[in-house]
Amino acid sequence: MLSRTAESLYWIARHVERAETNARLLEVGARNALLPNTGGGYRNEWDSVLLASGTKAAFDAKFGAAVERNVETHLFFDRDNPGSVASCIATARENGRIVRTALTSQVWDALNTAFQEVQDIARTERSALATSDLVEWTLRTCALIRGAGLATQLRNDGYDFTNIGHYLERADSTARLLDVKYYVLLPQVSMVGSGLDNYQWRSLLRALSAQRAFNWVYGGEATPKKIVDFLVLNRQAPRSLSTSVDGALHHLERLARGYGKSTVAQTRARALVADLSELPVDDIFEEGLHEFLTRFIRSVADLGETVSTVYFRGEPG
Amino acid sequence: MTDQSFNEMYDGGAVRIPYSGLEAWARDMPQDLRAMKQSEAEALFRRIGITFAVYGEGGSPDRLIPFDMFPRVFSATEWARLERGIKQRARALNAFLVDVYGRGEIVRAGRVPADLVYRNDAYETAVCGIVPPKGVYSHIVGIDLVRTGPDQFYVLEDNCRTPSGVSYMLENREIMMRMFPHLFQQVRIAPVETYPAMLKRTLDSVAPAKCNREPRVVILTPGHFNSAYYEHSFLADMMGVELVEGQDLFVEGDFCWVRTTEGPQKVDVIYRRVDDAFLDPLCFRPDSMLGVPGLMNVYRSGGVSICSAPGAGVADDKAIYTYVPEMVRFYLGEEPILENVPTLQCGKPDDLAHVLAHLDELVVKEVHGSGGYGMLVGPKASTSEIAAFRAKVQERPEAYIAQPTLALSACPTFVAEGVAPRHVDLRPYCLVGERVELVPGGLTRVALTEGSLVVNSSQGGGVKDTWVLVE
Repeated sequence: MLSRTAESLYWIARHVERAETNARLLEVGARNALLPNTGGGYRNEWDSVLLASGTKAAFDAKFGAAVERNVETHLFFDRDNPGSVASCIATARENGRIVRTALTSQVWDALNTAFQEVQDIARTERSALATSDLVEWTLRTCALIRGAGLATQLRNDGYDFTNIGHYLERADSTARLLDVKYYVLLPQVSMVGSGLDNYQWRSLLRALSAQRAFNWVYGGEATPKKIVDFLVLNRQAPRSLSTSVDGALHHLERLARGYGKSTVAQTRARALVADLSELPVDDIFEEGLHEFLTRFIRSVADLGETVSTVYFRGEPG
Repeated sequence: MTDQSFNEMYDGGAVRIPYSGLEAWARDMPQDLRAMKQSEAEALFRRIGITFAVYGEGGSPDRLIPFDMFPRVFSATEWARLERGIKQRARALNAFLVDVYGRGEIVRAGRVPADLVYRNDAYETAVCGIVPPKGVYSHIVGIDLVRTGPDQFYVLEDNCRTPSGVSYMLENREIMMRMFPHLFQQVRIAPVETYPAMLKRTLDSVAPAKCNREPRVVILTPGHFNSAYYEHSFLADMMGVELVEGQDLFVEGDFCWVRTTEGPQKVDVIYRRVDDAFLDPLCFRPDSMLGVPGLMNVYRSGGVSICSAPGAGVADDKAIYTYVPEMVRFYLGEEPILENVPTLQCGKPDDLAHVLAHLDELVVKEVHGSGGYGMLVGPKASTSEIAAFRAKVQERPEAYIAQPTLALSACPTFVAEGVAPRHVDLRPYCLVGERVELVPGGLTRVALTEGSLVVNSSQGGGVKDTWVLVE
């Protein structure tokens, strides 16, 4: 397949996932903000959301105060923020236009409809839009786009590039959402295990649509250790770091088999999977959750860069 | 104007036979149903993404071309004659191209002035002496026709490079079939959906002699910012070929290659929707980012076929147009079936004098203009517009031609007050490869403003489905 086509498919997937991450970040922030001001947290809950999204500097420059309405504008509506939901949907749709021939009409339809709808939402009176509606719309829309692909796309190399995009972005996303937790709690380790702390961990699970799944798998008290185990190491959890890198590796291996050639991209992905599979959860806390996540986010970015070098720019791997 | 022009549906008070099923259909359609269908059609076009992009004017870059639901109809007999005329013209234009890049017999015979050919901006010296596979320069010939009477058709212009609009022909039909299935049960309408397969067959048939396997065909687009990008991707999709941009292709050795995730693959046929000037920065415009450096060398040595072939533009120039009937006689030894509009060349002193004296009656066009710009419709123009245009023509007379204002036929069209006649033209798409063929149909463009003769989509024109009835 055309290198440029593969690259566009990959970026469609990444932008759809990224839109979803932003919606989930908004949800974490909105729920944490419902709590009485902790006083001791890292500045405030919205700051932590911005830090986790990696766009705090841009936000500060444009908006200043991190209040709900501004953060919502920034993460959902703002076309100046290339990572906002509106921008991600527009970019995904623009990439879809470029590779229209590689998409089934259902997938294109879903992308195009999402784009029309996000424009309608942007034209709607803000007071008529609840944060929860925005979050729900985004989750539903992203599910629709992914589902259309799952149900109708050919299982060819393009499908693999799409999925590599989804999984790498999801790995990045879950790591960033977990990191929100770090920012909220940073100065006061003593609060770990308190009622407030539990509430925040719970809202993280909820944002990942994983609260009930977590109860099924672990039962009982939601301790930080269990939650980190669930979101980082557990291969049953659909958005865990392990599941995400496993998924990326699976599709990279399929590509290698199809093309009859393994590259440095596969080697790197295998190493990443191996790292996680032998990691005890205590080691994560020992290293420091934030340090671990930062390292992980960097490895995922490296793997993404390798995939572009090998497959999109055609440099020998 | 409207009163004198040929009405496609009515002959006096009687409904002409091809339209017999449609009069009652339109008359009996309740106003609210019509409004509903119209918005349904628009929603469908938007969802398919069949918009044309207009960048740089603010607002949404994606616009819809207005679609009129009232079809334009030809009987089988009417079409049979048109088809013969169109194919004849397409064959003559290709013979002309092979000739003028070869020995130039038609010029030697004194039938076409040498200046008009060899000093034409569209004449491409880089392809002199080349005979492309199957002797075809222009593989898709779009011939713009207007009708002025029951049997009277005129060719307005030929498009030998890369005529656009065929996706509208196909999508208009899809949407009509989806919205009014019962109409298609009552009237037998020849299908147009074979076009993409026919186009693929045409492109396959002109693969270079060096290609010894199933040819790899690609469509070369300037990119997704191009106004016709939807059409490029639509055709690629329907034919099952890759849609590439210049950056996806490169030249190495005697061949042209496409970059893929599995490494480079050889390309045999390029259906390009990029102008000559941008094809190869080493041969044409050095600042082009849309083309492929070295492509023309590969083309000249028979490593790849380019459709339409570089240089084809010299045949559809408005100054050359006058001589197309002569080409038909010269190369085919036949009488032209389709007539040209009588055309005055402002470059000739006698013609210029006549044109300047009758500016208010004539349509004056720039020789190299397109899209309905740089054009004066005398009877519709104000005194000051005419004065301004007179100055332009006097300044560079050779850049203008003039034609009588034709009474373009009018086809019933849905308007706010109900159904009213609006002027239409027709662009059929003739394919030339090993065979010369065309699907029964084309793109009917309609001037939606009452009395207007300008059908271009950039100036308030719309489109209609075009039906050819089966005997």
